[in-house]
Amino acid sequence: MCLGIPGEVIEILPDQPDLAMVEVSGVKRAINIGLLTDDPPIPGDWILIHVGFALSKIDEQEAKAAMDFLIGIGQAYDDEIAALLESRIDERQ
Amino acid sequence: MRFVDEYRDAEKARALAAKIAALCEPGRHYKFMEVCGGHTHTIYKHGLEDYLPESVSLVHGPGCPVCVLPMGRVDDAIALAEQPDVIMTSFGDMMRVPGGRGSFFDSSAAGTDIRMVYSPLDALKVARQNPDKHVIFMAIGMETTTPSTAMTVLRAAAEGIENFSIFCNHVMIVPAIKAILDSPDLRLDGFIGPGHVSTVIGCRPYEYIPAEYGKPIVTAGFEPLDILQSVYMLLQQLAEGRCEVENQYSRVVPWDGNTVALRAVSEVMELRPYFEWRGLGFISHSALQVREKYAAFDAERHFALPGVRVADPKACQCGEVLKGVLKPWECKVFGTACTPEMPIGTCMVSSEGACAAYYNFGRFSRQRIREVSIESSRA
Amino acid sequence: MTHPDTAHQQADWAEAAVAEHDGGHTDVHAAPGTEHTSREQLVLERIDRARRARPRVREKLITLAHGAGGKATQSLIEAVFLDAFRNPLLEPLEDAATVTAGDARLAFTTDSYVVSPLFFPGGNIGDLAVNGTVNDLAVSGAKPAHLSAGFILEEGFPVEDLRRIVASMAAAATAAGVSIVTGDTKVVQRGKGDGCYINTAGVGLIPDGLNLGVATARPGDVVIVSGPVGDHGITILLERGELDLQADLVSDTAPVHELVHGLLDAVGPDVRAMRDATRGGVATILNEVATAAGVAVVVEENAVPVRTEVRGACELLGIDPLYVACEGRIVTIVDPGAADAAVAALQAHPLGAGATVVGRVAADPPGLVLLKTGFGGTRIIDLLVGDPLPRIC
Repeated sequence: MCLGIPGEVIEILPDQPDLAMVEVSGVKRAINIGLLTDDPPIPGDWILIHVGFALSKIDEQEAKAAMDFLIGIGQAYDDEIAALLESRIDERQ
Repeated sequence: MRFVDEYRDAEKARALAAKIAALCEPGRHYKFMEVCGGHTHTIYKHGLEDYLPESVSLVHGPGCPVCVLPMGRVDDAIALAEQPDVIMTSFGDMMRVPGGRGSFFDSSAAGTDIRMVYSPLDALKVARQNPDKHVIFMAIGMETTTPSTAMTVLRAAAEGIENFSIFCNHVMIVPAIKAILDSPDLRLDGFIGPGHVSTVIGCRPYEYIPAEYGKPIVTAGFEPLDILQSVYMLLQQLAEGRCEVENQYSRVVPWDGNTVALRAVSEVMELRPYFEWRGLGFISHSALQVREKYAAFDAERHFALPGVRVADPKACQCGEVLKGVLKPWECKVFGTACTPEMPIGTCMVSSEGACAAYYNFGRFSRQRIREVSIESSRA
Repeated sequence: MTHPDTAHQQADWAEAAVAEHDGGHTDVHAAPGTEHTSREQLVLERIDRARRARPRVREKLITLAHGAGGKATQSLIEAVFLDAFRNPLLEPLEDAATVTAGDARLAFTTDSYVVSPLFFPGGNIGDLAVNGTVNDLAVSGAKPAHLSAGFILEEGFPVEDLRRIVASMAAAATAAGVSIVTGDTKVVQRGKGDGCYINTAGVGLIPDGLNLGVATARPGDVVIVSGPVGDHGITILLERGELDLQADLVSDTAPVHELVHGLLDAVGPDVRAMRDATRGGVATILNEVATAAGVAVVVEENAVPVRTEVRGACELLGIDPLYVACEGRIVTIVDPGAADAAVAALQAHPLGAGATVVGRVAADPPGLVLLKTGFGGTRIIDLLVGDPLPRIC
C-alpha cells in the first residue's frame, strides 16, 4: 500500500502542466505532479511516485549524505576487519 | 535502479549489522515496532532479520490500511459494487480482502463489475469512458494515499464529472500509534516510523511520542538498508540517553511534510468522530469522510450501506498480532484455518500483513536455513 | 472507546474454517522424543501437515485465481480433474503425458490460449499457441511432430484478424518443424467469447533412454534458466493499456525445440527435467520440483536474469518477476557435474544467450523453495496465491 518508487522526470507534458512523463528503469508513465506545486520538478529531477502521483522530490544532497554515511560505515568495518586480521597475525608470532 | 539498488547492498548491510551488534548492551533485549505495512513487507522480502542480533526483535504494528478494514466495511463496499449500473474500481491489494460474505474477487466471479486500477486517476478515466454508469473508487490507505484521492476528487469537481464518487476509508496513523502506546500489554523500546506517510504529514506529528511516552522514533525508508540504519539510529539514541524524533529517510521526507497535499486533503475531507479498526476497536478521530461541499462525490451519500458490523471469529487473534503482543506463528489459527488462500484475519489478508509476510516469506527454521546456506556455498 | 452497536453478525465462512481445524491448535505439544524442538518449529511442522492435506476446492464459483497457475489452479486440477480422471498416465502432471504406442513412447500435450489482447509486441495468440505446445513437447524430451488446432470464434470477429493469426501459426509451425494435421472450428454468439480462443494439442516421439521428470531431482543438482524472466507477462500487461505504462518490451514467445535439442545432445543423461516457464513463472516450476522430489530448491536472487524494464514495471506494480509468465524460456535441472556444459550448450543457441545457473537443489527443508536475497537474507518463495496478471497466455 505504501508502495513508493523513485523515478526520473523526463519531460513535463506540454498541454498538461500538472502531468510529467516519468521513467522508472525503462518504464514510462505519466505522473501527476500537482502535489509539488510549491517546488515543481523539472526534467532530470527525481521524484517519489505513489499511485500515479508524485509525493515528494528526492533531495539528492540528502541522498548523498545518507550514502556517505553507509559507505563510511563500510569503510570503518573494512578497517576494523583488517585491523583484526593484522592483530591475529601478530599473535601468531 | 537508482535510489533503490544502493540501499540493497549486502556489504553495507554486513557493516551496519556489526555496528548494531556492537551497540547492544549485553543481557538487554530490544523491541522496536515498525508501524508501516510496507516496512513489514521489506523486512521479510529481503530477509532482513538475518542481519539483526538475537537481542533485537522487530514487532509489526497496525500500519496496513487494508489489514485494519473491518469485514463489515468490506461488505458495504461489495454492496456498493453490486448496485445496478455501478462500476467499482479498486487497488489490487483490496481485491482479495474477505468480508462477511467474501471478497471483491469472489463478487467479480459472480458477475459484479469490479476493476483493478493503479491510481485513483485511472478510476476517473473509467468514469469518463462510461458516462452511463456510476463509477465508485474504493478509497483506502493512510496519509500516503489520501492526498491522491483528494486531488482526484478536486479534478472531478473541476471537470464537472457527475458519475464518479469515492467510498472513503482513509485512516490516520498517529491515532493508531497512540492506541498502541496506551495499550497495557506492550513493552516497546522505540518505533521505526512510517516513511511515506511522513512525506505527507512530516515528522512533527510524532513529537508527542518521545515527549509524552518517552520512546524514540526514527522515520525510515523502505529499502532494507534504510530499516537497518534506522535500527542503528534507535540503538544509538538509547545508548546515548537521547529520546527524540529522527529522520533517516531525509532524502524523501521533508521535516514539515507536504503542505499542498495537506491542504488538498482538508479541502475535500474532514475527520470522522470515530472509526472501527479491525483488531483495535473504535478509535476516535482516526479516519476521514468527504465534506458536505463535495457530497456529490461521496458514495455513502449516494447509496444506502448495509452498515452491519461483522465480528471476527473468536479464534482470530489479529488484535494481539497487530499490537505486536503475539508473533504470527503464535496465533492459534495461523497456517491451519488461516492461510493466504483462506485468510480469516486481517494480518493474513494483505501481503503487508505480519502473518502473510511471515507465512509467504519467513515460514522456515532460521537455524536450518543457516545450515543449508553454509552447505550451498561449500558445494 | 465504545459506540452503540448496529446489528452484529459473524462471518460464517470464517467460523466454518476454524471449526474444520478443530478450533485452532491449543497448546502446541511436542511429540515424544522431540521435546527439545522449539515451539515455533512445532507450529511450522503442523502447518506443513496442513499443506500436505488432500487439496479441496472450497469456492462455489470459478475465479480468475483458478487460471493463474498458482495454488488455486493446482487445487482445482487435483481436486476436480485428477480426482475424476485419475489414472497412472495423468498422475505425474508434467507438461506432457508419456504414452506408449507399440514400442514407441510418445509425449502428448494440450493447451488452450485465451490471451488478451490477441495481438501484442512480439507475436499474437496464434504463434503463442503453436510455440506453447511445441515447447511442452520439447521439454518432455520429445521431437515435436504433429499438432491439432481448435478455434472458438466469436460472432463478429474480423476474418482479416483470423487470417493474420492463422498465417502466424503456419509460420511458427514451419519454424518449429511441425505440421498442423487436424483441427476444429466453432462460432459462439457475440458476447459469449472474447474474439478468438485457440486450443492446441500435440504429439512427439520420445527417444529411447530418456527419462525426464521433476521427481528425479536430487540434492546437489543445479537449476538453470535459459534467459531473462517475465518478458511475456509484462509485455501483455503493458499492451492492455489499462495501467498506462510504456516500455520497450516484446514477448519472448519462441519455439525452444532446437534449444532443448542442443542441451540434450550435449548433456542428455545428466538432465533430470526441463520445464517450460509459462503462467505462474519460474517460481511455480521450482515449487513443483521441490514438492515432486521432496527436496529444497535454493535460488540466488542476484543470479536470476531480469530485463531492466521488466524489473521497473514489477517494482512499480509490486509484482515479483519470479511469478511472471515467460513463453520462450526453459528451466532445467541438471547434474552438478554437467552444469557448465549445460549452460554452454544453451548459450550456443540464440534463444539461450542469457542462460545461467540460478540455484541448486538441497536436501533440506524438503518441499520448500528458498531465495537468498540480493541483500543477503533468506526468504521463502511460495506458490502464487490469487492472480496478479489475469489472462496472459
